[in-house]
Amino acid sequence: MTAPFGARRIELRSRREIGPYVVLGAVDERTRAQPGQFYMLASAERWGGGDRERPYLGRAVSVMAVADDGSIEFLLHDVGPGTKRLCELVLGDGLLIVGPLGNGFTASPPGADLLLVGGGIGIAPLVGLQQAWGGRALLGFRDAHHAQAAELFSDPVIATDDGSAGHRGPVTDLLEAELDTRPRKIYACGPPAMLAAVKDRAASHEVASQLALEAPMACGFGACYGCVVATLDGYRRVCVDGPVFDGALLA
Amino acid sequence: MIEFCGLRLGHRVINASGCFDVLAAARVFGEELYAAFPFAAYVSKTITLSAREGNPPPRLWESAAGLINSIGLPNGGLDAYLEHDLAALAGLVVPLITNVMGSTAEEFGKLIDALEDRPQVAAIELNVSCPNVATGLDIGADPDGLEALMRHIRPRSSKPLIVKLTPNTADVAACAAAAQAGGADAVSLINTLRALALTPEGSGAWLGGGSGGLSGPAIRTVALAQVALVARAVTIPIVGMGGVASGRDARDLIDAGASIVAVGTESFRDPAAGARIARELDDGFTQNAR
Repeated sequence: MTAPFGARRIELRSRREIGPYVVLGAVDERTRAQPGQFYMLASAERWGGGDRERPYLGRAVSVMAVADDGSIEFLLHDVGPGTKRLCELVLGDGLLIVGPLGNGFTASPPGADLLLVGGGIGIAPLVGLQQAWGGRALLGFRDAHHAQAAELFSDPVIATDDGSAGHRGPVTDLLEAELDTRPRKIYACGPPAMLAAVKDRAASHEVASQLALEAPMACGFGACYGCVVATLDGYRRVCVDGPVFDGALLA
Repeated sequence: MIEFCGLRLGHRVINASGCFDVLAAARVFGEELYAAFPFAAYVSKTITLSAREGNPPPRLWESAAGLINSIGLPNGGLDAYLEHDLAALAGLVVPLITNVMGSTAEEFGKLIDALEDRPQVAAIELNVSCPNVATGLDIGADPDGLEALMRHIRPRSSKPLIVKLTPNTADVAACAAAAQAGGADAVSLINTLRALALTPEGSGAWLGGGSGGLSGPAIRTVALAQVALVARAVTIPIVGMGGVASGRDARDLIDAGASIVAVGTESFRDPAAGARIARELDDGFTQNAR
């Protein structure tokens, strides 16, 4: 399915905070995103003039959840001038969107046993994935404050770096324990080190993994070639060849 | 209709090379892309003789009102372009301008020769921002070298040749005049300005390729100045570009001497920006406001 052409203005319909994160809600009347797809987001007003006179370009943000009525949610974390501006938006403000973009996760056969592995802001696409296809969510966070976002999932298992909530240690400890029980399909999104560890665990247990990557992007639709990732087949654009890649194909 | 180097264009806005990949965009946006195609001509990304993988990431850095990139001209090489891309571009609804880069006059010659009998290619843009191995200067930064290059390739091509000038030179007007003296049909400018992005810690170059090229609104006034200088030095048409984000920006470049304008980084923010800018430009001309 293709995306509507061009940047479109939609209105912010909802905003709520969960721990350090902000959930922005809007309605895309034109189309429905698939789990793992993303939009380029910018505020319609006052985009620019922040720290070091940024932001300038849109920000690639995963779709967190989509409903049949077209309502769509994004999970944001204020980590720079772009996400800061997006987190400051109030109801009724304009959002400029391009999307939905990229190749989402591929559905597994019905009845397949899914493991969803998320780290930090990378949990976002797994929320909608679990709503659509189910699966057991293993979530890693810095601390209990960040781990409040686990409430977006049904029946999650939590790990934190400092042990203030759930298991103390990396989320891949949880993954290892689950894979020792029985092999399953892995869907993961999170920081690069986490994804590298998930890829290794998947390989050593000989299970398939679909990894949603993040990369700074200028355009999101294959024009700039700025977001490449090394694969066994050379550099590939995260925006149009991903953002979901088969873990076995990543270099 | 606008006439530019023998090409008939629906309006005055085209894309800057490397800032729009019509084949990728067609996969993303489908039929809507062609139905509302934003550019009056499509300029390909740079094609080189051999395939190039491009520079290691990171390739991008957002700067103040702009973007620094170090992409490294990834492309499948001339043969893949001729075999695959040209066939895939058959659905293009506007003239195709193919951008090529060689590291020597001989390489440019081979690229030009290969495109000569391809009627689909309406014009050729020459990326002369490649370092000359002997001098270390960009070929296009040295007027004498640029004129010699043009004299080598001009006789080999019946197609309009557009020289994409580099702004990273002491005298852009002299380079433009040299391109014209060597037989160029048009010049396009400005290419990106050489720029350096440091890691957040300031400990070294952020970009995998080292330094990069700055684009976006940050360079708009530089583009305006260079287009004005070049317009006084040549009689051939000018493609003006550099930070164009609105019809007003486009009109400023045209007032400075450009015949048509190209949109680059603004298309990253909105793939349909070219159509909006063309519309705004048209409205401005209609009202004759200023």
